[in-house]
Amino acid sequence: MTKLKSILAGATALVALALPAAAQTNVKIGILSDMSSLYTDLAGAGSVLAARMAVDDFGAAAKGLKVDFVSADHQNKPDVGSNVVRQWIDVDKVDVIVDVPNSGVSLAVNGVVKEKNKVFLVSGAATSALTGPACSPNTIHWTYDTWALANGTGSAIVKTGGDTWFFLTADYAFGQQLEADTSAVINKMGGKIVGSVRHPLNSNDFSSFLLQAQSSKAKIIGLANAGGDTVNSIKQAAEFGIVRGGQNLAGLLVFLTDVHALGLDAAQGLIMTSAFYWDQNDATRAFAKRFAAGNKGIHPTMVHAGVYSAVTHYLKAVSALKNAADGKAVVDKMKATPTDDALFGKGEVRKDGRKIHDMYLFEVKKPSESKAPWDYYKLRATIPAAQAFRPLADGKCPLVGG
Amino acid sequence: MNGFFGMPRHHALLTVGILVFLVVAPTFIYPVFLMKVLCFALFACAFNLLLGYVGLLSFGHAMFFGGAAYITAHSAKVWGWPFELAILAGMATAAALGLIVGILAIRRQGIYFAMITLALAQMQYFLALQAKFTGGEDGIQKVPRGYLFGVIDLNNDLSLYAVVAVIFVAAFLLIYRIVHSPFGQVLKAIRENEPRATSLGYKADHYKLIAFVLSATLVGLAGSVKSIVFQLASLTDVHWTMSGEAVLMTLVGGLGTIFGPIAGAAVIISMENYLAQLGPWVTVVQGVIFVICVLAFRRGIVGELARLLRKSL
Repeated sequence: MTKLKSILAGATALVALALPAAAQTNVKIGILSDMSSLYTDLAGAGSVLAARMAVDDFGAAAKGLKVDFVSADHQNKPDVGSNVVRQWIDVDKVDVIVDVPNSGVSLAVNGVVKEKNKVFLVSGAATSALTGPACSPNTIHWTYDTWALANGTGSAIVKTGGDTWFFLTADYAFGQQLEADTSAVINKMGGKIVGSVRHPLNSNDFSSFLLQAQSSKAKIIGLANAGGDTVNSIKQAAEFGIVRGGQNLAGLLVFLTDVHALGLDAAQGLIMTSAFYWDQNDATRAFAKRFAAGNKGIHPTMVHAGVYSAVTHYLKAVSALKNAADGKAVVDKMKATPTDDALFGKGEVRKDGRKIHDMYLFEVKKPSESKAPWDYYKLRATIPAAQAFRPLADGKCPLVGG
Repeated sequence: MNGFFGMPRHHALLTVGILVFLVVAPTFIYPVFLMKVLCFALFACAFNLLLGYVGLLSFGHAMFFGGAAYITAHSAKVWGWPFELAILAGMATAAALGLIVGILAIRRQGIYFAMITLALAQMQYFLALQAKFTGGEDGIQKVPRGYLFGVIDLNNDLSLYAVVAVIFVAAFLLIYRIVHSPFGQVLKAIRENEPRATSLGYKADHYKLIAFVLSATLVGLAGSVKSIVFQLASLTDVHWTMSGEAVLMTLVGGLGTIFGPIAGAAVIISMENYLAQLGPWVTVVQGVIFVICVLAFRRGIVGELARLLRKSL
C-alpha cells in the first residue's frame, strides 16, 4: 500500500509540475514558399517576415501561445513540397502550413495536410480548385484566386473593348485554371478567344510564344502566368513591339514586386486585380513601413499581407480553442469566427474554405504620376466582397451542400 | 558466412550490416526519408551496373526512372491497379524503353553513347510535359498506395517501409549476383577491352544490350516504388538533372564498387534533405562539397575505403 501511495504522491507532484506547462499552448508554423526562384520576391522570405509580424502583433506570448517557426524552399516542385510537409508534420510536429505559392505544389500539400488533419493557409497559390473540386476541411484559401482575377481583370478589359483574346499560359495547374476561368468570363460577356499557347514554368525565352500571339491578331494578349514569367513576357513583348503594333497586354496576375521589377516605363497602364495595396489607408501604410524595414525595402505584396492576415486569424482560433492539434477543429473555428484585421478589414471564411473580402482593380501609374518609391498603383474600382469571389454553389466543392 | 550468396567474408559482413541497419533505422530516422534513400540507392546501384561494370555512361536514365514512375502512378490512380501490378507495369515499361533505347545507343561509344541517351531522354521529357495523362508541371498527384497482396495497408509508413526495404535488398542481391556471375565477368571484360572480348568469341553488343535492359528495368523498379512512396510522379523524375543525380551518386560513392552507390545515394539525399533550410545557399554548399570530393577522394567514398583496406568493395 505504501508503495501505491508513494506512486500516487509522485504522480500528483508530476501533474502539479506539468500544470503551468499545460496552460501554455504550443503552435508550430511552417512557411513553405519559393525561396530561390521566380516567385521568391512576391512571397519567399517576405512571407516568413509577415508571419512573424502577425505573431508579434497578436501578442501570442501574453495570450499563452508559444509559437515556433520553420520555413523551407519547395523549389516549385510538387514532390519536394509534399515531402517537406510530410516530414514537418510527422517529425517536427508542425501544426499549420502557410503560403505555398505555386498552385501545383499547393494542390500536393493540400492532400497531405488533409490526410494528417492539420491546417493549410493558402496565400501565395492561385488556383480556384483549392475551394472547388479539391476543397478540404483543413484548408483556407486566403488572399485571392484565379476566379477573382478573371472576374476582376478579365471583365474590366472586355468592358473597355478588348473583346478578342489570345492566351499565353504557364503550363501547370495555376495557368490552366486561370486561362479556363478567364475564358469563361470572356465568353459570358460576348468576347472571343482566338487561341492560346502554353509555356513551361520559369521560362527565359518567350519569343516563339509571343510571335504566335502577335500573328493571332487578337486585341488582347492575356498573360496567364505569374512572377518572373510575367515580368519576362512583358519585357520581351516590348522588344517585339507588340504593344506599339496595336495589341494590348493583360497581366492577369501582377504583383507589386513585378511592377517594381519592370519599372513604370514598361508597366504603365497595366490593369490588374489585387486583394491589397500598401498605400490604401493608415493601417496598411504603417504595416508596409515596418515590413519594408525588415525586408530590404521591398514593400508587401498581397501575398505577404494575406499571410499576415491569415496567421492572425489562425492564432485567434487557436487561442480560443487552447489547442492546435486537431486541424479540422481549428479550421471550423476559423470559419465560425468573422475575420477582422488591420489589412483586410472585416470579412468571413466560407464553408468551402474561401476567405471573402473586397478585391480592387488597380491601374499602374505613369512615371510622371508616381511621387515616391513604390508609389505604383491607382485605384480604378472596388469589387465588393459579395461579387469578388466565385459563388459558393458554382465551385463543385464536396463540402458545400449534400 | 561463406554460403551467403557466395559472397566473400567482408561483403557478407557489410551486407549483414546493411540489413541490421535497415531493421533498426526506422526507430530513429524518419521512415519516409529512409524510403527515399532506398529508392535512390537502388537507382544508383542499377545505374552503376552499366557505368561501373560495362563502362557505358548513360545520360538518359531519368527516362526509365520517370517513365516507370508515370506508368505506375497512372495505373494505380486512374486504372485502380493494385500495388504489385502497378509496380510491374512500371518495370515493364522501363524494360521496353530500355530495349528500344539500348538497340539504338549501344552502336556508339563514349561521348556519343551519352549524347544519344540524353537526346532520347529529352524527347521523352517533352512527351511527359505535353501528354495529357502526365498532368504537366503538376505531375500525377495523390497516387493511392493501396494494399500489398490485398491485406497489408501500405498507407502506414512503417509497413510500406518494410516492403520497400525488402524490394531494395532483393534488387541489390540480384545486382550482386549479376556482377559476380560469369555474365558479369564478360561485362567486365568488355569494359576493359572490347575488341579483345570480341576476339575471344563474345558478342559484345548482345552483352551490352542485355546489361542495358537489366539496368533500365531495375531503375524502373526504383522509379515505380518512388512514385508509390511519395504518391507522386512529376516532371522532376524525367528531367535530365535526375540522370545527372544518378551519375553524381555513383561517383561520390565510388564508381564500379558494389556498395558505393548506396553510400553515394545516402550522402546526396541527406544533403538535399538536411541542407534544405539553407534556402538559396544549398546549391553553393553542394558545389563546395563536390569540389572537395573530386579533389580529396577521387575514387569516391567507398572506392577510397577499398583502397585503404586493399579489398574490393
